[in-house]
Amino acid sequence: MNNGMPVPADSAISVILPSVLQPLAGGQSILTAPAEEAVTVEWLLDTVTGEYPALSRRLRDETGTVRRYVNIYVNGNEIRRLQGLVTTVAPGQEVLIIQSVAGG
Amino acid sequence: MGVMATAESYVLAIGTKKGLWLATSPDRKDWSLSGPHFLMSEVPSIGIDTRDGRTRILVGVRSEHWGPTVFHSDDLGGTWSEPENGAITFPDGTDAALERIWQIHPDADSRPGVVWAGCEPISVWKSTDGGEHFELNRGLWDHPHRSEWGAGYGGAAAHSIVVDPTGEKVHVAMSTGGVYRSLDGGASWEPRNKGISAYFMPDPNPEFGQCVHKIAADAAVDGRLYAQNHHGVYRSDDNAESWESIADGLPADFGFVMLTHPRRAGTAWVIPLKADGERIPPDGKLAVHRTDDAGTSWKRLDAGLPDPEYNVVLRDAACVDEAEPAGVYFGTRGGSVYASADEGEHFSEVASHLPDVLCVRAAAVSAALLPAQR
Repeated sequence: MNNGMPVPADSAISVILPSVLQPLAGGQSILTAPAEEAVTVEWLLDTVTGEYPALSRRLRDETGTVRRYVNIYVNGNEIRRLQGLVTTVAPGQEVLIIQSVAGG
Repeated sequence: MGVMATAESYVLAIGTKKGLWLATSPDRKDWSLSGPHFLMSEVPSIGIDTRDGRTRILVGVRSEHWGPTVFHSDDLGGTWSEPENGAITFPDGTDAALERIWQIHPDADSRPGVVWAGCEPISVWKSTDGGEHFELNRGLWDHPHRSEWGAGYGGAAAHSIVVDPTGEKVHVAMSTGGVYRSLDGGASWEPRNKGISAYFMPDPNPEFGQCVHKIAADAAVDGRLYAQNHHGVYRSDDNAESWESIADGLPADFGFVMLTHPRRAGTAWVIPLKADGERIPPDGKLAVHRTDDAGTSWKRLDAGLPDPEYNVVLRDAACVDEAEPAGVYFGTRGGSVYASADEGEHFSEVASHLPDVLCVRAAAVSAALLPAQR
């Protein structure tokens, strides 16, 4: 997405992980992807989880569907209320991954 | 907690709705419990593989949030490994996603490294590397009956896998769908349910579609299988070509459990439940019933078991070990676990107040493998 040219740091998109998933990302709480233009959530997830296949499986199943109790927020809105995985994310934005509150 | 340095000890893996516990014992009477592992994930399947000079515990784990996966441990739960790309993942082109691992079944000593898995959606998988990577059985996945298989209350699953000593005859049971048999090591499958009732269907004796809860093979008689059905307890003496009822003498013909002796012909255990309007042990009195004559007669076994007890025992929440005499183990949905060192004649409590018990598996292991303290 950057044609090999340096991408300004403030245009990177950050994906913030819940604590329970951080061990699967090498202990990182934030994964970033360079972006000079808007990208889809799907592209973003593919990019930041490329080195972490177990993390990828926690977020999406084999069909690429986001797991039912995994919520992905762009600009404060959960993507299911937006355009799903084709929801666009602008450079510099933060994407939050938060699991549903559930249990018994 | 320390363990006596006896030549052999026993490990009992307990999979529950909220995690895995491991119990160890020098004598199958006094138990030490450790856990939970995978807290807040359900553990519906366990395989203890004692081949290849090691003790590998394989667990099918499922998080409501993060999905299902398989972990394994070669140090009795000290550490757990998950293959980087997942042990069981549906391949491209199937348009399917793994829901739950219902069964993990290490194959015979003569086929080291081979492990079978039964999963939801209804599917059978086979590993040749000790359960680290599984391949989808396409013969069953592409079966023309698939669209007509249904789901039991707990989900549509292949939950029982029985492989004969040659490895060529494989029987699978599914809820719902019934028993399917392969004579070519799993390449092709045919339904084999003649005699098994499906009273809830328009035709009560269909070719397939039964809700078979569990099947198990007689360890010593070739071609003999036992089945616990959704109402009905059966035996086949011809590799599932036909089934006959062996429920006479039982207080109820409903249940989920079917266990067979690891060596002796004609010995099996069931745990009857009253159903369908109720779903409790008959009269609230939990008991295991054992046959030693292939189902002609049954003996009630309840020494050491609680009275009353209204919780049920699920299909894989019961197991036997291969020791002499054979041990019998089970756990209830009320979170109690029991063990017998004498084929069910006497039971002792291993644990209580655990979450719903979904699966138990036991094996004799070298005491040298047990950690001194965790």
